[in-house]
Amino acid sequence: MTDTAAPAGATPKAKKSLFKALEIDTRLLGMIGAFVVLCLVFNVVTDGRFLTPRNIFNLTIQTVSVAIMATGMVFVIVTRNIDLSVGSLLAACSAVMAMTQTWLLPDVLGLGLGHPIIWLVAIVVGLVVGTAIGAFQGFLVGYLSIPAFIVTLGGLLVWRNVAWYLTAGQTIGPLDATFMKFGGINGTLGTDASWAVAAVAAVAAVAVIFMARRSKLAHGFPVKPLWAEGLLALVAAGAIVGFIAILNAYDVPIGRLRRIFEARGQEIPEGFSMGYGLPVSVLVLIAIAVAMTVIARRTRLGRYIFATGGNPDAAELSGINTRLLTVKVFAIMGALCALSAVVASARLANHSNDIGTLDELRVIAAAVIGGTALSGGIGTIYGAILGALIMQSLQSGMAMVGVDAPLQNIVVGSVLVLAVLIDIQYRKRTGGK
Amino acid sequence: MAATMDAEHASPGATPLVEMDGIRLAFGGVHAVDGVSLTLHAGEVLGLLGHNGAGKSTLIKILSGAYRMDSGTIRINGEAVKIESPRDSRRYNIETIYQTLALADNLDATANLFLGRELVTPLGLMNDAKMEAETRKIMARLNPNFKRLSEPVSALSGGQRQSVAIARAVYFNAKILIMDEPTAALGVHETQMVAELIEELKKQGLGIILISHDTREMMELCDRVAVMKNGQLVGTERVEDVTEDDILSMIILGKNPRAAV
Repeated sequence: MTDTAAPAGATPKAKKSLFKALEIDTRLLGMIGAFVVLCLVFNVVTDGRFLTPRNIFNLTIQTVSVAIMATGMVFVIVTRNIDLSVGSLLAACSAVMAMTQTWLLPDVLGLGLGHPIIWLVAIVVGLVVGTAIGAFQGFLVGYLSIPAFIVTLGGLLVWRNVAWYLTAGQTIGPLDATFMKFGGINGTLGTDASWAVAAVAAVAAVAVIFMARRSKLAHGFPVKPLWAEGLLALVAAGAIVGFIAILNAYDVPIGRLRRIFEARGQEIPEGFSMGYGLPVSVLVLIAIAVAMTVIARRTRLGRYIFATGGNPDAAELSGINTRLLTVKVFAIMGALCALSAVVASARLANHSNDIGTLDELRVIAAAVIGGTALSGGIGTIYGAILGALIMQSLQSGMAMVGVDAPLQNIVVGSVLVLAVLIDIQYRKRTGGK
Repeated sequence: MAATMDAEHASPGATPLVEMDGIRLAFGGVHAVDGVSLTLHAGEVLGLLGHNGAGKSTLIKILSGAYRMDSGTIRINGEAVKIESPRDSRRYNIETIYQTLALADNLDATANLFLGRELVTPLGLMNDAKMEAETRKIMARLNPNFKRLSEPVSALSGGQRQSVAIARAVYFNAKILIMDEPTAALGVHETQMVAELIEELKKQGLGIILISHDTREMMELCDRVAVMKNGQLVGTERVEDVTEDDILSMIILGKNPRAAV
């Protein structure tokens, strides 16, 4: 309004009040900013190859496995623990699921290959195994007071080699056809269903924002100005629709289409094209992200996780069973490792011994870059997912540019340390913990 | 038996609210609490005095369920009870304000007030709006200047943090209130507010156990004072029967001058 009077001074002030009105977490904004800059830089350096529908599609499906586990790692780190065994746990779950679907169900139980129930049973078995192993590690930490670092360092060695022992070191595949739809490119919703998902998600996002507002008003709490709320809703809906539009814009290659039609015994129509749309694995990640966020913010379990991380003694004096809580947190981590194993092995179309190798470091890095404090009590689910996305973008961006492999790892390692340094400085400045 | 021993303190025939009898707890070879017996009546403030390490905090942590005693009995309203966890103690309407306040610094006042006792909606999700409204109500009563309900308590001043801890103890209809150094971190004005609150709660019929190093404050606020030294009870006296010097000599020498006479 008074831009002409004081152009230099007015802009930052106006910006500050805009952010204040929107009540957006500035830390999140910083991360999104860093991510956008990263993408733009890679896009320029690769002559526009980085921000294509195809690359964004690939980035998304490459991120899913680590992102799923990173949401669980947030809970683990928030309770002042660590889990170094997630990569190995993923391998163990992958091995058990691969054996279930290629040997146990078809041969031993005689269902035959390709039976429609195989994929489901395999996933359930994987979930049970992952949850049980996680809960067991949580028991060792919570009830027997062995430091989580040691328990899961042991687990890092144990579970991968349990997988090796079970499979006799062999690669197991090909996996069940339905199961492999969870891997990414082999299982997408297609454009129509993707648009439907976009519509539902956009409406849900807007509804959540305005329902929260109504509940606040009903109890007489201060709310943001209506325009700010509307702008937020618009940005959220726009982001969802935009993301789906990009995934829909990635067309299935013509050779692949021809094979699909040939398999059905049909001729491909002239000028026919089809977008991939939303991968099932990404849908799984979104569902997990929503569920984990609800647990973190709206349930007692989540409240106790954060309270215990903030002050374990206070949590205990408040009557919270912190030992059982530790078991639950590690059990959730184990279940998420199993889901991650579904996505990872389905993407590779088989189980191999080295599946998930070094994932523990990626997962921890994603959570930490996403703002989870190792001192406990602080962390967000969306931050961890964004952290995983930033890590993956960095890695594949550098690969596209042609950076040497050793240099790639040097950069990723340095970025991790730098991110934590920036985070510490940010928290000091804002007076947080 | 305990009733007859303490008959002079009680209104005739009333069962004490709390009777702790022969409480013992050792950490390794150290007898932190060594055979202590105490009673607390409804509408009474009992002061607990002694040097650091005398066993005061350990004793009240046994009552609040943070520690388990090795031996002894606790009776509430004449009934023997087992207090093995903070949850048990809350079940008997015992609320504790710890010296450390026991707040989760990363959570806001509302979350801390309801920690372990969250209100939930029929779907099992937390009813944040209701909890925040309740917090606002009680804080308006205890500390009208307190407005920062949704900031992490780490951002609050010492006095504000204290009022969150007090609110948590008062909100859930406590019958027995334990306050460990409730005014240590407070200024003059806030200390006065706590004193007024204690008077008010006493009138409502709560039994209050107060720990403090400030002997003069204790003489003003308490009906009776119990002095501990080296894990043992030196003596329990009504404040009108003793002088501040008597109390000090009990704390320092570990002898009850009235008993000696």
